[in-house]
Amino acid sequence: MNRPTGLLCAETALVTSRFAVPGMRCAGCIAKLETGLPAMAGVAAARVNFTARQVLVSHDPALAMPDLVQAFAGLGFEANPIQDALGAPDSEARGLVKALAVAGFAAMNIMLLSVSVWSGAGGVTRDLFHLLSALIALPTIAYAGQPFYRSAWRALQAGHSNMDVPISIGVSLATALSLYESATHGAHAYFDSAVMLLFFLLAGRWLDAVMRDRARDGVSALLKHMAPGALVLADDGGSHWHRADALQPGMTLLVASGERLAADGLILDGRSHFDQSLITGEAMPVAIGPGGRVLAGTLNCGDAVQVTVTAAGADTSIADIARLMRDAAQGRSRYVRIADRAARFYAPAVHALALLSFIGWMLAGAGWHQSLLIAVAVLIITCPCALGLAVPAAQIVASGALMRAGVLVKDGSALERLAEANACVFDKTGTLTLGHPEPIDLPRLDPDAAGVALALARCSRHPLSEALRTALAAAGTRPRQVTLISETPGEGLRGQWRGQVVRLGRPTIETGGMMATALLIGNAPEQIIRFIDPLRPQAAQTIRELQHLGLGSRILSGDAAATVAMVAAELGIPGEAGLDPATKLARINALTGAGARVLMVGDGLNDGPALAAGHVSMAPASAADASQMAADAVFLGSSLAPVAIAIRAARATQAVVRQNFALAIGYNIIAVPLAMAGLVTPLIAALAMSGSSIIVVANALRLKGAAR
Amino acid sequence: MNGILVLIPVALGLGLLGLFAFFWAVGRGQFDDLDGAALRIFIDDAGDSRTPEAPDVD
Repeated sequence: MNRPTGLLCAETALVTSRFAVPGMRCAGCIAKLETGLPAMAGVAAARVNFTARQVLVSHDPALAMPDLVQAFAGLGFEANPIQDALGAPDSEARGLVKALAVAGFAAMNIMLLSVSVWSGAGGVTRDLFHLLSALIALPTIAYAGQPFYRSAWRALQAGHSNMDVPISIGVSLATALSLYESATHGAHAYFDSAVMLLFFLLAGRWLDAVMRDRARDGVSALLKHMAPGALVLADDGGSHWHRADALQPGMTLLVASGERLAADGLILDGRSHFDQSLITGEAMPVAIGPGGRVLAGTLNCGDAVQVTVTAAGADTSIADIARLMRDAAQGRSRYVRIADRAARFYAPAVHALALLSFIGWMLAGAGWHQSLLIAVAVLIITCPCALGLAVPAAQIVASGALMRAGVLVKDGSALERLAEANACVFDKTGTLTLGHPEPIDLPRLDPDAAGVALALARCSRHPLSEALRTALAAAGTRPRQVTLISETPGEGLRGQWRGQVVRLGRPTIETGGMMATALLIGNAPEQIIRFIDPLRPQAAQTIRELQHLGLGSRILSGDAAATVAMVAAELGIPGEAGLDPATKLARINALTGAGARVLMVGDGLNDGPALAAGHVSMAPASAADASQMAADAVFLGSSLAPVAIAIRAARATQAVVRQNFALAIGYNIIAVPLAMAGLVTPLIAALAMSGSSIIVVANALRLKGAAR
Repeated sequence: MNGILVLIPVALGLGLLGLFAFFWAVGRGQFDDLDGAALRIFIDDAGDSRTPEAPDVD
């Protein structure tokens, strides 16, 4: 597999970079990327991982990130660099699948040997088979049992119990007793049960890990890398690309149009408008001139500017929000998952029953060997095999169904908390609305005015201009010949058309809080073009559905009061405006304090702390990457409907989990008395264990259509 | 009975062989991109997709 890597690599050590490329769809895209990228000078090889929608590029270290992203763009793909911490393949699922393979191999072989013992092999043959089983089982339990032993040990150290404590005790006791039985030529060895138990439980653990990985891969593939670095101007006039973590206060950055800032700073030279919606939630870009303060993470949508860095890295205001977010997330880590809550009652009950049978049979005069055998049978029968599979099996089927419906749920605990939510808080800009403005007054413009507007608008990268250009182009407008076009940030565009001065920009009259631009042709009165930020499709319907599901909704927004009031009135829910991240967080905490379990839906970085503080949270795929990380689930597409779908699916999952618990308890009610009466042999234990596991998994599979 | 003494080690050995083959495949990342593997068969020039940097044969 040593592939020739070209001339270039012989001389320099290669570095690998990982890119998220959400746009790849088919085999053609794979071929295009894997042949197209190495054709570029400096790139040695490209390897596509289609499942994760990622491309691994090995290239010359001299090649900068923007050049590589440009190379992707040249092939027609949007690529976002991913930091290694996010993109590295997870070792947890891999370790578990290896343990699962070992346990499966051992379970099959021991079962083969056990079947001959059960069907009547005796004497030397039985002893030999028991010895062989022990030889297979001991290394298997030492290897495949580690996840359970470690987790049980951690729980005991912390002074509480979880599902893994009875598992560890059961497996250890069963193994020890079976070893004794084998050594003393006894008839009952439970090696098969111990290993099979590990196999079924590992299957549950592995499903859980796969589910986490799958959502994380999906989310990291969607991440929009905010500002991996910036172009730093040196004193001699040269410029070098620096990574964001290498920026220092006092450096001068050259921030091109359409670029995100990598640090806080003051504008040294130039004037532009900045889209600060990520930080403040305000939909309209703000014009900032020399001396003005600009924030990391905001988007420069005007001209190139030079910025002196005042704060970089951990000192930026964006990092402050991140800290707020981390503190808010602490509350969530205290959430106890349903399986562990069940274990709190289950483990003491199981241990008490086993102890009771031991003491009972001792008192009845059965001898300590017989009594211990029965106590171990009780432990094995009650080992939460079906329980260990009940929750992850249901959750992975549901999360698979949700994924097809466009919702990526990050882990099983998120599904459990989603089912418990009983109040819903929405951000406005980008969450209830699409987050990009659309003009509403276009039909009033005559063809000449529309043509002039298009000619002017296409020369600017202001969001309103871009919205106007998109809408006019979609309407089939032909641009007019406008010359001498110039743009003044904060004012607008002007130019000349048929000898008249034409202007597109800030209206001189009041527009009632709405986003608007004015078109002026010669001496004619200015024509106002108003914009609205349209609601996401099915927004009103989703709010009604949530209400029906028992979740009252409200808006907490950082935007201006007038626009929030308009949206709130349209949806018929209460709304609050002008909130900063800390106030949003306080509102969520107040709701939680009043007993509500809040589902927070938000997209901006300003929603980050609130997302982390909510009982459960969702973010659209268009959200800031930090918000996607903070949210428990990410929904794709422009429609808001997945929010209600996710709640319904989570509740259906919880119902199936409860059914599975009931099944497992029902099975115990039948099996435990048998075990306590001393009627359970290793054969019956094996049958009961696999039987209950299969029933539980089959019940979980009913969730396949849960997300419709 | 003597047959069993030979057959059981053989069976275990074959099983272990399969287990090690699986470990090897997991370690090499062959299960990392299952969807991609399904699509790669549609790429016409198989040699091209596997070794994109290799020079053209013709």
